[in-house]
Parts: sequence; C-alpha cells; structure tokens
Amino acid sequence: MEDTAVEEAEVSGAAEFAPALIAAHPHGNSVAVAIGPELRVFDLKAGSPVLLSDDCDGRSHSDAIRAICFSVSGALFASAGDDKLVKVWKTDSCRCIRTITSEKRVSAVAISNDDLYVTFADKFGVVWLVTLGEDGTEQVSVDNKPVPILGHYCSIITSMKFSPDGRFIATADRDFKIRVTLFPKNPLKGAHEIQSFCLGHTDFVSCIAFTSMSENQSFLISGGGDSTVRLWDYINGCLLDTCQVRDKMGELLEPNETDDSSLAIADICPSNDGSLVAVAIQSFTGVMLLACDVVEKKLSFLKVITMEKSYIPTSLASSFSSELLWTVMGASNMPNQASSQLLTRLRIVPCFQKDLISSNNSPAILEDSEVPHGEKFLLALQGSLDIVKQEEVLASVLAALKVSMHKMLVKKHYSEERREQRKRGRNDKKIKN
Amino acid sequence: MTRTNGASGGGGQQQQASAAGKLPRKRFYRARAHSNPLSDSHFPVPVSPDEVDLSQHYPRYFPADKGGGEEPPPPRIRFADVGCGFGGLLVGLSPLFPDTLMIGMELRDKVTEYVKERILALRASNPGQYDNISVVRTNSMKYIPNYFRKAQLTKMFFLFPDPHFKEKNHRRRVISTQLLDEYAYVMEVGGIIYTITDVEELGEWMRSCLEKHPLFEAVPDEEIKADPVVKLLSTATEESQKVARNGGQTFHAIFRRISLQEE
Ligand SMILES: C[S@@+](CC[C@H](N)C(=O)[O-])C[C@H]1O[C@@H](n2cnc3c(N)ncnc32)[C@H](O)[C@@H]1O
Repeated sequence: MEDTAVEEAEVSGAAEFAPALIAAHPHGNSVAVAIGPELRVFDLKAGSPVLLSDDCDGRSHSDAIRAICFSVSGALFASAGDDKLVKVWKTDSCRCIRTITSEKRVSAVAISNDDLYVTFADKFGVVWLVTLGEDGTEQVSVDNKPVPILGHYCSIITSMKFSPDGRFIATADRDFKIRVTLFPKNPLKGAHEIQSFCLGHTDFVSCIAFTSMSENQSFLISGGGDSTVRLWDYINGCLLDTCQVRDKMGELLEPNETDDSSLAIADICPSNDGSLVAVAIQSFTGVMLLACDVVEKKLSFLKVITMEKSYIPTSLASSFSSELLWTVMGASNMPNQASSQLLTRLRIVPCFQKDLISSNNSPAILEDSEVPHGEKFLLALQGSLDIVKQEEVLASVLAALKVSMHKMLVKKHYSEERREQRKRGRNDKKIKN
Repeated sequence: MTRTNGASGGGGQQQQASAAGKLPRKRFYRARAHSNPLSDSHFPVPVSPDEVDLSQHYPRYFPADKGGGEEPPPPRIRFADVGCGFGGLLVGLSPLFPDTLMIGMELRDKVTEYVKERILALRASNPGQYDNISVVRTNSMKYIPNYFRKAQLTKMFFLFPDPHFKEKNHRRRVISTQLLDEYAYVMEVGGIIYTITDVEELGEWMRSCLEKHPLFEAVPDEEIKADPVVKLLSTATEESQKVARNGGQTFHAIFRRISLQEE
C-alpha cells in the first residue's frame, strides 16, 4: 500500500500517448501546433513559418509537450510537458525568454492576463508560479524560483485557465473537480482563497474554458470523461446546464460505435462571441457545435460538422479576432512511432460565430486550397503534404485515439499485486538502492 | 452518483445488537492500523454537497412525513471530526451541542461501521439523544468539498492524526498548506479548527502550517481556556485516552478562520 495513485501516474506517464495540440494567437497573428517535442508556429501576417529561437539557455523540449497557450495580450506564449520544462516565448521576437525546470512532469500551463506570471501544474497536482517581470521582459532575477500557490490533493490537473477579468484561476482535475481560486494581487504568497468548487462531473474533467472575454459577465464551460459539457456560474459554483453529448451521439452514430468510454470529451472551444461551443469528442469524426445562451443560461445541441472518416480532432482553438475554428489531429508516444512520423492534419471551420445558429446548413470545412496561405501553412504545421504518408500516420493515430484517450485520463486502478510489480520496476527507486 | 449511508445503514448481527441498545464490541471491528489516504477509493462519494442525503444520517431531523405548511430550512452539518476513529469525540460533543449536526469522517471501513453501530446503540438506549451525530466513510483529504458547501462548518476537528514521519510522506498529512485552503473554504469566518497530537514534531508542523496560512489566526489563550470543547480534545477520543493512560504529553493548535486581509 506504500505506492500512491499520483506516483503511479507519474511513472506511467512516460509512454502515455500524447495528443497534438493547437493554439491560436488572440489577435489572429499566428497559429501554433505542438506534437511530441516539436513546436510549430506559423505567422499568419507574414505568411511564413516562424523560426523559434531557443537561445535563452539552450534546453529545448525533448519529450511530449502537454500544454501550450498564448497570453490574452498575445505578447507571450508558453509550452510545457513531459520533459519537465516550462518555456515562455515572446511572440514578437519569437524568442524563448524563460526556461523553467519543474521537479515533475507538467500537465497544464497558463499565463496571467497581465503577462506578469506563468503558472504550471505538475503531476502531483500542485500549481507553481513564476514571475516574468514587467511586460514579460527578460530581466528577471536568477533566484526567481517557482513557488507553489495551490494544489489539488493527489490529482492530476488537466486544464488551467485565468478568468477574463483576471481575478480568478480555474483548475480542473482527473477526480471530477473544478476549483476556482481568487488570484491575489501578490500571488507569490499563494492563492489560498477558494471562490468555488464546480462539482457535477462524474468522471475526469478534460477541459475548461471561459466564455465571452469582452463582456463583464462570463461563464465557465467544462467537458469530461462522463461525456457531458457543462455550463457553470463559477462565482457561486452553480451548475447552470448540462449537455449530454452521449445521448446526442447515440442518435448520430451506429450503436456499436458508442460504448461509454469512447465518448469522452477531448476538447472544447467557445467562439469569440460566446454564443457557440465547439466540442471534440474522442471517437467522433468531426466537431459538435453547442449553442450557448448566456441569457437563458442554456447549453443546447446545435449541429455536428462531420469531417472525413479518418479525422478525429485532438485539439481545438479560435482567436478573438477571427471567425475561424482551428482543429488538429495527431499524436506522439504511440507504439512503433518514429519521429519522422510526427505528422498532424489540420481542418479549419470558417464562420465560427452566431450566424451558424440560424443557418440550416452545416458549414463547409475549408479545402486545403482555401486555407490561409495554403500549402505553405499546411506544410509548416502538419509536417507534410503527402496525403498517402499522412493517411497512414493518421490511421494509426485514429486507432490509438479510440483506446488511449480514455485510458490516458482515467486513473489507473491497479491490483495490489500489480502495484508491487510496478514499484519494483521503478527506475528512480532502483537508482537510489 | 451514489448516496452515502448514514448511521441508520450498516448490517449484520451487530445491527440487531445495537438496535437493542447494546454497544458494539470493538473486537468485531478490528482493522489495519493505518490506511493510505492516497490510494483510490472504493466507496461511494457524493458528486456534490447537494447529493448528501442527510435524512439517512439524522432521521429525527428529517422526518419522512412532512406536516405541510411552512417548513423551516433544514439544518446543516456544522461540525466535522476528520479522521474520527472510533467516534469518542462525537459522543462527547453530542450532548454539549444538542441542536448542532455533526459528522465524523473516517477512512477505515471497519472503524466506520463500528461508529455507526455505536451511534445506533446510543440512540436506542437514550431516546431523544445522539440524533445529531453521524459518520461517513470517506477520504477527507480528497472529498471535503463533496460534502460541505462554502462556509458551512463552524468547527473542524483533527484529533491525533496519523503522523507520517518520513519527509517524503509529509504530503500525506491531514494538515498542510494546500489542504488548509479547502478547510478554510468549507468553514465560516469565525469558525474554529482544533488540532491535537501527542507527537511533538507533528504538533509543531500543524501549528506552523496554520500560522503561515493567511486565512487562519491563533485563538487567544483566555478564549481557549473558556472553550468547553477544548477539554474534550484530550479526554474524549480513544486515542487521547490511550495517550493519557501512558502519561503522554499533548500539543494542540487552535485557530480561527478569518477573512483575507489584502495588503
Ligand atoms: C490515530 S487515529 C485518531 C482517531 C481519533 N481522532 C482519535 O483521536 O481517537 C487517525 C484516524 O484517522 C483516519 N484517517 C487517516 N487518514 C484519513 C483520511 N484521509 N480520511 C479520513 N480518515 C482518515 C485513520 O483511519 C484513523 O482512524
């Protein structure tokens, strides 16, 4: 009984399938894709791939990136993952300004709305904070070590976001918990005052997002392993509405395609006007759109956008300025995967805004030729334009996705015997002995 | 998800014994000395505080046949004894605060069963008493927010918690900066947290965690002396009695939940 759930997660993390991620610059300047240890950024203004210069102290990502984000201002970008590195980049110079080493693997990252702090969550469920200095300048004292500011007791944090007004930091975990904490003026002393817990999910929470970045009132949206998307009044921790994605999918899919585990919500992305939520579902080849009525406080099924048979998005993104929904499919850490196979596929949905609610047609997905900057863009972010090669890789991603996503997120229940075995097999213990 | 069983649940031959007012015998409920608070649970956990079925725990306060007309708002649990062990504190507190609902939280299954039977037996042999105490099997380190709403509790007790001596196991301690955030959340401003231990090192640890925490402040000595609850800390529980029998020293830290002062 010595070993612990968290330690288990820590150990098993090594070979865990890592989905490709996508993030969009808030003003539409660029789009970033992470797959495995690779970070690919495309400058939409210049129409060219960005050459990242990783020169602050030479350490580049060497293992799967698990979290990426742009700051609200668009000035900064952060990436973090299994190599225990948290890297902060300036978007104008494309330079890495900070590389922070975490003691444990990193599962989530966020930048405060004023660009002053980066926060990251480790595999013990602890959130750490590092000061970035004024406007993310590069002058920061050396003794600026990460300080722990809050923790989810022994549960891995899957998603971390700042509220639009910057007053709160929300964290979601694999134990169906969402915690909303006041982000204090001086966060170096910790974020101790919990505003609310948003409790209602009956399985892991995989993603959270705040709606309406511009208006005063905002809501929290979450998706989880229980195949629901939920709308929260996060100030009071009240569940406002629940959309049962499983029921909807049941109507759309063949009966044999819908076992419970395969309908976990993989990602959610609100539109910039807050009226829509795009939902990626673990085994659904497309995106589900929900209408989010913030007056009636309702979240209702709108339509699905089906994509090609082999395409299941692993991550979604949008920016405030444009009406595009960016989606990516890809994965690393799959068995027998060579690094040359770090290919992704991108699919872009135009007009991701409230007009979709009244229109009867499903929006068309952009053809490769209609994508901004076309082949140049796709080559940079996908890694290849070779359809045949891509199909091959994506087929294996598809197969892995169907089983791994859920396995990746649910806590492992080991038998006593197996636990002992794993303990004996642990490398860190072997080294010490 | 699932409902939690209150003191009225439980089963087996002991149930009959306690219904007849006989106290359950501890030897039927022998259990492993320690449980690992981090291992995954195999007991039901309420999805949120709304799902905690108080009528199972405190049937006298939640009569099945409502008389119609204006109902006063149902009472809420106000005291929590975290890691309650065999329940001595609840039994001691019950007559002191007869109108306050209290719950013990205990991780060990057999020990929880014992406390359930003990309460049922006490209720049976003392009609009209001990209706305000109950117990739940849970991992308090993970599920406190599933049981209590914000600012719901007025007292929390941590009596003789497991010491977890090794440094790498300190994060298993029930008092830590991180967990105090959650305790502060479920406690009302002005509420009091009571801790006591016979392990000096742990006593210092709990005190220093509380002193460092911006949402707690030490209760002044005069107040501690006047608080009728304090005497129970070192006398009411099974562990405290064991310590007293062996003439051991105890170390307490008693702090008040305050609101945050932003400089
Ligand atoms: C040393 S005993 C003290 C019991 C009681 N408070 C007394 O003074 O007699 C500590 C108790 O805490 C329980 N415990 C430990 N970790 C716990 C957890 N995470 N949640 C609930 N109970 C826990 C143990 O099972 C044990 O019964």
